[in-house]
Amino acid sequence: MALTVNGAPVPVPTDPRVSLLDLLRERLDLTGTKKGCNQGACGACTVLLDGERVLSCLTLAVQADGRSVTTIEGLVEGAMHPLQQAFIEHDGFQCGYCTPGQICSAVAMVEEWRRGSPSNVTQDLADSAIELTHDELRERMSGNLCRCGAHNGIVDAIVATYVTEGAR
Amino acid sequence: MRGAATFAAEFAPENMAYAAVVFATIARGRVTALDIAAATGAPGVVLVLTHENAPRLKPMPLFMTAGKAGGGDDLPILQDAEVHYNGQPIALVLAETLEQAEHAASLIEATYEIDEAVTTLEAGKARGTRTGIAFGQPAHVEIGKPEDELATAAHRFEATYTTPRHNHNAIEPHAVTLYWQDGELYMHDAVQAVNHVAWSVGSVFGLGEDKVHVTSPYVGGGFGSKVLWSHQILAAVAAREAGRPVRLSLSREGVYRTVGGRAQTEQRVALGADAQGRLQALQHTGTVIMSAHNALPEPFILSAQSSYATKSMLLDIQVATLDMLANTFMRAPGEAVGSFGLESAMDELAERLGIDPIELRIRNEPEKDPMKGLPFSSRQVVWCWRTAAERFGWDKRQAPGLRREGEWLVGLGCAMAGYPYQRMPGGAAGITLTADGRAQVSVAAHEMGMGTSTVHTQVAADRLALPMDAIEFRYGDNALPGVVLAGGSQQTASVGSAIIVATRELVKELLQLAGNASPLAGLSADEVGTTHGGLASLADPQRYESYASILSRAGRFELSVVGQAPMPGEGMHWSMHSHGAIFVEARVNAVTGEVRVPRLTGAYDCGRILNPKTATSQLRGGIIMGLGAALMEETQVDPRNGRIMNASLSEYHLPVHLDVPDIEVIFSDIPDPVSPMGARGIGEIGITGVSAAVANAVYNATGKRVRDLPITLDKLL
Repeated sequence: MALTVNGAPVPVPTDPRVSLLDLLRERLDLTGTKKGCNQGACGACTVLLDGERVLSCLTLAVQADGRSVTTIEGLVEGAMHPLQQAFIEHDGFQCGYCTPGQICSAVAMVEEWRRGSPSNVTQDLADSAIELTHDELRERMSGNLCRCGAHNGIVDAIVATYVTEGAR
Repeated sequence: MRGAATFAAEFAPENMAYAAVVFATIARGRVTALDIAAATGAPGVVLVLTHENAPRLKPMPLFMTAGKAGGGDDLPILQDAEVHYNGQPIALVLAETLEQAEHAASLIEATYEIDEAVTTLEAGKARGTRTGIAFGQPAHVEIGKPEDELATAAHRFEATYTTPRHNHNAIEPHAVTLYWQDGELYMHDAVQAVNHVAWSVGSVFGLGEDKVHVTSPYVGGGFGSKVLWSHQILAAVAAREAGRPVRLSLSREGVYRTVGGRAQTEQRVALGADAQGRLQALQHTGTVIMSAHNALPEPFILSAQSSYATKSMLLDIQVATLDMLANTFMRAPGEAVGSFGLESAMDELAERLGIDPIELRIRNEPEKDPMKGLPFSSRQVVWCWRTAAERFGWDKRQAPGLRREGEWLVGLGCAMAGYPYQRMPGGAAGITLTADGRAQVSVAAHEMGMGTSTVHTQVAADRLALPMDAIEFRYGDNALPGVVLAGGSQQTASVGSAIIVATRELVKELLQLAGNASPLAGLSADEVGTTHGGLASLADPQRYESYASILSRAGRFELSVVGQAPMPGEGMHWSMHSHGAIFVEARVNAVTGEVRVPRLTGAYDCGRILNPKTATSQLRGGIIMGLGAALMEETQVDPRNGRIMNASLSEYHLPVHLDVPDIEVIFSDIPDPVSPMGARGIGEIGITGVSAAVANAVYNATGKRVRDLPITLDKLL
């Protein structure tokens, strides 16, 4: 049994209790993925599983068997992802602890929006082209907590990277 | 950003074991039996530590009982069977893996003898209160004849305001990775006080602070919570007993059980005013909860000490002692919740008087500090009011309950923000200049997201006249110079004043090295300035020599100095405060009672702003925490057993993205004439005033006055 983490094959741990988060942090030394609550409430542990955002604390490592995991460390090779650059530009972080989760979450959130997945605040569920409005963007990012209060900068960074207009 | 920053729980020494903690489930009593057999025999378990086998330890030195005391409480840690609060650690399990440690911890069974406990403010009051001792002084101020003045004032207003317990909830849980080597302890910790932790841990183990090495390069949020609590001691004991490195990363629930939060308050505000609204009596009194083992009666009277001119004043904090985890400092301890009472009451008084609430406050602007009698170093409160009011559109405010848009009732509110300038003794900075024209600036200071490293790189570059990329700012290590607490919004002033002194020392040393062959020959330190990576005569800038040239001619690779910040005398002669005016639009759903805040504007006078980007983020962060306190935050305790019921981030609600509007922050940027660099602190003022401004806006929207935080929909239906 094996999964792929940032392009490299990784054996599934023998202890079935190991979460994907603890596999990354404690066994693979990929500590960019953060543990904030270990119960699915804060979003700090968000990673991409086959391109979809998941909470790695609520995902057992064995559930990722045969699947592909992308963490903050594997988001791009070499240079910075444009969203990472935008986070710096717009001061979208203070302590930096929720940041990897915010970034991974935003990358997948944009894909969900582009393919027309509705959110809790979408007015017309049948709408084929949902506008990423002020509320749409914030609602879709509300699973990622920030306690320093960098919310304005985070939203600005996402808008600057993915939305030319509409979210402000 | 790329996930490369190493936080405390991410250092991985060889052969490390994982710790898990077991917490008591009663408020008061003792452990009569602890069944650890199953845990001890569980796979991977290295050690089970309880009061029956733990070595003898001194209690943590309680915060403020000595210069570098940093303990959140001073209870014995695994020294006896007594339980002092619900959540107290009663056992620790060390195992090869995290999963094994957590599982084994779940197998430990405790049996208790339960004593009667005091778990609520009401019960604590019934048992009798005492006057709080805040910062070494009784929390009681009486000026003039506050009772007579109140009784005879033309207008009187009096009400009681209550605020619940809060928790800091930094997203990084408290964690430490540590090991012992040759009798010395090495800690990678998540703290905002490296020197305090080193000294205090040393005191617990009977070691000199030079035997305790604390690094804390990245801290995932602190807000007052990241000092010394029992988990660091437990981890250090376990590592010594097991003879191997240990990582203890508290679970989120573990943070609630181990690390205290802000205490509940019950505040009475009584205001007496003359016919023009000038205060004749300002009374702010009440009761806070506190454990018997901590140092902070939540000082909610601080805002009232300097906000308004008044003929008489009565301030008093009574303490109700509860069987609970020690409460502690949380962002703007005192002002954050005290401003809710005072600034709500000012709004209520303004309405009784039929005066605009801004006008009422301006009429009561003091000419000098109303309690201390000292002159203000700089006070731009009126500027804050006028600037923010205009930007926000205060003139559009209507009488309560008149503005409705569909289901939504719309209201505007405002409040004054304020936080004192502080600078604690102990600031020091090292500067090492190297022959390649670079400088390393070292201070045992902290970066928890405030922008410390950026701002001080900037300050040092400015002082040394070097480009920012030639400066390396080192911090977060108790081996570095200085005792600098990241607290009280004082770190920047402390570090900045030390860098200024260190630069002066450096200039003196450079002139000595430069000698007679230098164009600077014969000049004294007062006659030169730093410019273009070197020194030049102030009178004749042509007389210049670069640092690199001075060092290389002297045959030196580097030059090091340490500068000690002068004792903080400025606060003895001046009343120094940052101020602000915060404006809020609140929308209250007429059907559901739900409150939303779509707009927040604040104007702040915090002296010179060293970095507008990070300063704005600091203010917004404080404002958002204030918004949380206003609308949702509350640590709930089961009165039957004193247990925190919502010890999780799903049940303790924080503002999320959808709750947070765009927040406009405006700075006066007027330098303070007596603070180093002209700057005053910015880390805490943001939270002050916000909950009152929200309550005042909710009142303007609905005509309903909520005097009990948080303002949840059930209070508006």
